[in-house]
Amino acid sequence: MKYTPTVGEILQAKGVSRRGFLKYCATTASLLALPPSMIPRIAAALENARRPSVIWLSFQECTGCTESLTRSASPTVEGLIFDAISLDYHHTLQAASGEQAEAARHAAMEENDGGYLVLVDGSIPMGNPGFSTIAGVSNHDMLMETVAGAAAVVSIGSCAAFGGIPGANPNPTGAVAVSDLVKDKPIINVPGCPPIPMVMTAVLTQFLTFGQLPEVDKLGRPLAFFGKTIHDRCYRRPFYEQGKFAESFDDEGAKAGWCLYKLGCKGPTTYNACATVKWNSGTSFPIESGHPCLGCSEPNFWDKGGFYQPISTGHFGSGAKLAGAAAAGVALGVAAAAAGRRRQAKFTKEA
Amino acid sequence: MTSIDAIGVQVEAMHGNVRPILNEVIHAIDRLLEEDIPTTIDLAGLPFAPGELDELEATLGTGELAAQLDALGNSRIRETTYPGVWWIEHRNVHDEIVGRYLEVTRVPEILSSQDADICAGRARLREQLE
Repeated sequence: MKYTPTVGEILQAKGVSRRGFLKYCATTASLLALPPSMIPRIAAALENARRPSVIWLSFQECTGCTESLTRSASPTVEGLIFDAISLDYHHTLQAASGEQAEAARHAAMEENDGGYLVLVDGSIPMGNPGFSTIAGVSNHDMLMETVAGAAAVVSIGSCAAFGGIPGANPNPTGAVAVSDLVKDKPIINVPGCPPIPMVMTAVLTQFLTFGQLPEVDKLGRPLAFFGKTIHDRCYRRPFYEQGKFAESFDDEGAKAGWCLYKLGCKGPTTYNACATVKWNSGTSFPIESGHPCLGCSEPNFWDKGGFYQPISTGHFGSGAKLAGAAAAGVALGVAAAAAGRRRQAKFTKEA
Repeated sequence: MTSIDAIGVQVEAMHGNVRPILNEVIHAIDRLLEEDIPTTIDLAGLPFAPGELDELEATLGTGELAAQLDALGNSRIRETTYPGVWWIEHRNVHDEIVGRYLEVTRVPEILSSQDADICAGRARLREQLE
């Protein structure tokens, strides 16, 4: 295996001061949702960490996940690529193409056998191998060949994690998720359409810092970011409790910033960190901009009825009870959210 | 281009987060004075409503000491009007905020000269004199 410098050595070579390093560690702790008291431990671990080789495979996707990552503010994508990881293969970002690109992938696999990370965005078509190929190789074959020597796989975005939009009804390509095919490697799902850039970098940073993948929920998502619903952390939650709802996008409730539940907000059944991590360098998130959450980090979000139908009247059927609870607000509000989540769990199980 | 502030949406004030954080700051000051234990509050993990962070910053105000750190982007470190309560903002090289903290301490650790940097500086100075 070739010599890979530690992060400490890389930063030292770049003339980054100890103060700069401590700042990096502080923002890393923040990124990993770890308490600031962990900063010394992160500093000690990072100093001696060796950056892992990363191979990024793009299958049936729209490049939105890469677009999202390249707008990650913490750390910058340049920092991530050059300091924290060795990104050895990525169709869109790499300069090489054709045979040279494929040679780079094979070289990274050989040199880092058993220790590299595979990041996948996009689902895999199983209907006909010709639906999506790279260098004449089907997505399925490239995935299985590449993960064989990997330490772990990270499914980036809802397509790789759950099938996503290519897998939406009627699923013309027979799209499946990475976890439907890869059974013998640890898989972390980082869903979202696209995922929050900081969550993607946090998973990589956690692996880099502690040499292990983060704790996950039953759908394989990092608990630090997917442990609570959007609704749980939404600043508009008090309006839900008070029964104050926007009824249309231009009514007085909308202008007052009231809860968007009745306009189809999927926050109560969607696990993600948008409400605290936010988007566009922490500027805002959809609800803050006056739009309901679409639930894009949940399985089959595209097939769950209309985006502007309340959870209670959408796919889940028994709408009257849930809508009634929402209208009543206050104590019933919490029960409604819980009921929605139970239905969500049932739907996920059935899917 | 029209400013986003010009859009006629007035979010009803809730002020749900400012008061609990200020209470936490008081407890942190107690801990500093009685047990000599500093506290760092990471403001990134809290679900602030629009305007609440500005309200918190305005409530704490600007004290008599401010410093700017230029390492992997700029950082602003300033004491608030409440001595021992520091507002710290880290930015990356693109000037985007990557971390925002309240530190309750006598001097934030990041302001102290670090031994590794002191050693490197001494070596540089010796080299210059050779």
